[in-house]
Amino acid sequence: MTVNHMIRTSWALALCLVCSVGRAEITLDVGYLKIAVPTPPTLSDLDPIPENNGLAGAETGLQDNLTTGKFLGQGYTLTHETVPEGDDPLAKAAEMLAASPFLILDAPAETLLAIADLPQAQNALLFNATAGDLSLRDADCRANLLHTLPSDVMRTDALAQVLVKKRWNDLVMITGVFPKDIAYAEAIRRSLRKFGLTLSDEKIWDAGADMRRTAAQEIPLFTQDFGDYDALIIADELHDFGRYVLYNTWAARPVVGSEGLSARTWYPVIEQWGASQLQSRFEEQHNREMTSQDYAAWAAIRTLGEAMTRTNSTDIKTLRDYILSDAFELAGFKGRPLTYRTWNGQLRQPIALVHPRALVAQAPLEGFLHQTNELDSLGLDRPESKCEAY
Amino acid sequence: MKALLSSTSVVCAMVASTAWGGEIWVTNEKDDTVSVIDTDTLEVIKTYETGERPRGITFSKDFSRLYICASDSDAVQVMDPETGKILHDLPSGEDPEQFVLHPDDTHLYIANEDDAITTVVNTQTRKVVAQIDVGVEPEGMAVSPDGKIAITTSETTNMAHWIDTQTQQLFANTLVDSRPRHAEFAKDGSEMWVSSEIGGTLTVFDTATQTERAKISLDVKGVHPDRVQPVGFEFTTNDTHAFVALGPSNHIAVVNAGTFEVEEYILVGRRVWHMAFNADKSRLFTTNGVSGDVTVIDVASRKALKSIKVGRFPWGAAFRPSP
Repeated sequence: MTVNHMIRTSWALALCLVCSVGRAEITLDVGYLKIAVPTPPTLSDLDPIPENNGLAGAETGLQDNLTTGKFLGQGYTLTHETVPEGDDPLAKAAEMLAASPFLILDAPAETLLAIADLPQAQNALLFNATAGDLSLRDADCRANLLHTLPSDVMRTDALAQVLVKKRWNDLVMITGVFPKDIAYAEAIRRSLRKFGLTLSDEKIWDAGADMRRTAAQEIPLFTQDFGDYDALIIADELHDFGRYVLYNTWAARPVVGSEGLSARTWYPVIEQWGASQLQSRFEEQHNREMTSQDYAAWAAIRTLGEAMTRTNSTDIKTLRDYILSDAFELAGFKGRPLTYRTWNGQLRQPIALVHPRALVAQAPLEGFLHQTNELDSLGLDRPESKCEAY
Repeated sequence: MKALLSSTSVVCAMVASTAWGGEIWVTNEKDDTVSVIDTDTLEVIKTYETGERPRGITFSKDFSRLYICASDSDAVQVMDPETGKILHDLPSGEDPEQFVLHPDDTHLYIANEDDAITTVVNTQTRKVVAQIDVGVEPEGMAVSPDGKIAITTSETTNMAHWIDTQTQQLFANTLVDSRPRHAEFAKDGSEMWVSSEIGGTLTVFDTATQTERAKISLDVKGVHPDRVQPVGFEFTTNDTHAFVALGPSNHIAVVNAGTFEVEEYILVGRRVWHMAFNADKSRLFTTNGVSGDVTVIDVASRKALKSIKVGRFPWGAAFRPSP
């Protein structure tokens, strides 16, 4: 067979692929629903939360899916809605689920559960891209709710691995008063117990207390009675006071947790494993840096895209089964394939340990072994999870 | 003294075993340089400056020109390898990562990683001939020995895109496992191989039909499968074996290209990326990104002979005979 002939033959064989470019034969409609919640004021306005936090990531993921889809005759749409504070999130969720069973959610834990329990959601696939609550991966799990954002405990386990590695065994903690701070502090305590570290003292930073001078002036006094320790943990998930603790502590000790050396799902300093390509693609599209919430929403829509690419189906059962199967793997720019835990629907993923200028380490750290997958040294492992929905 | 003597004799043996001399040119991604290694003495003999973040590297047919993908300079640079001087830049599209020189010695097919485009440049007229829409993050580039087909692999779309070089149009798009990084034609062009970094596999296509002939799983004992990440690979004489870089597992796999079985794993430096053979393919030089060195492998015995320190994050490699 001559090569010319060979090319003609292959043209014929590839005909359906060629003619399908730019014209979708099947289309997957994805919804993105944000439930607005009040955000308490913080001491600094340096880092405002972007208006399109999360949604922007979904939009970048949509572009990735569309580019791939055009070679396969597969299309995607993304519809987004925001429920203002005080409005009924369930009515809007039910409306969106009537249009498409694939829904990415930016909502607090109790609203996520209420949406997952809607009659309209029983044959749906929901993605939690914002809530780190452990309970959602534990007894409160739902079979129709996957989690692309790591649980808080995955992040605090990642931090604990670094503390073990550095032999910073003796720790103290300052906790804020907001529910997210308290939940993070609880995750920290759990991780320190898991990895055999000691929390020798804790204090609460209460902005309402008698703080008559600036935070910077208060911190040395506030931290004086911690005495000696290896590292100070900050539980300040709203980034209210924590930024003023660094370099203001009484003892010259590193600061970790919500500030300082911090465990993040995604962060602008992550550039390895092709991450800089996702970062630059995102920045070009949205003119800002990509956040953890953006990443989780990106991973959710890319999960659907990867499943549709491989199955050529928009059927919810086919896609869900594929996503939870051994065949599924998402290339998430974290150096390893990302897969879902089949016991609670959590997306397994490495966690970055960063400071504002560089990546320090990536968990799981070398030496933290696991009988099946080292990534399961982070967060709720199969025997620990009380989830029974899967 | 004894140690010195024995190491001298090793070097003598090495020199004697090589048929003729040559150089391996290595791009140092984070130093913006190329290192030139003498394939006989196994030492770095020259280092030249390049544009920003050099990655893909290849010579013209007569070895009188060196083409370098300077990714962050958004250019393909043309260097005179005799002097190390950059002669001029070629228009390359944004963020060129890898490329392949067509057998006509004129057309470069360039993967523009940030733009989901393959750019075709005429190196003589220095003009862009075509830009072809491909998947997200194109990287691996190959061209068939007869020059009729060019391949681009796209990392996030997970496809090999088949380009008809006469029309500069895609004629097929074939799915492979996650994050395809490198492509090569083998066996006179009858097969086309693609490595999938995150999938941990090699896919072998039948070129005539673009259908999958084999899928090769790679599995290094004692290394978690997630860390076995095939990237660059090259074929030995007569395409009997493929030597496959496995990234952060720090090994090279030796794959029998007839049976598609893995015969051996060779330990090299950290995060091994790409490779080039010496003149008679008796030695293989691998770039080890994280350890910043090049491992020399004796192909017959499949043993690592030596590590050669180069610049920071060595990435691409290309051979030329000694001038």
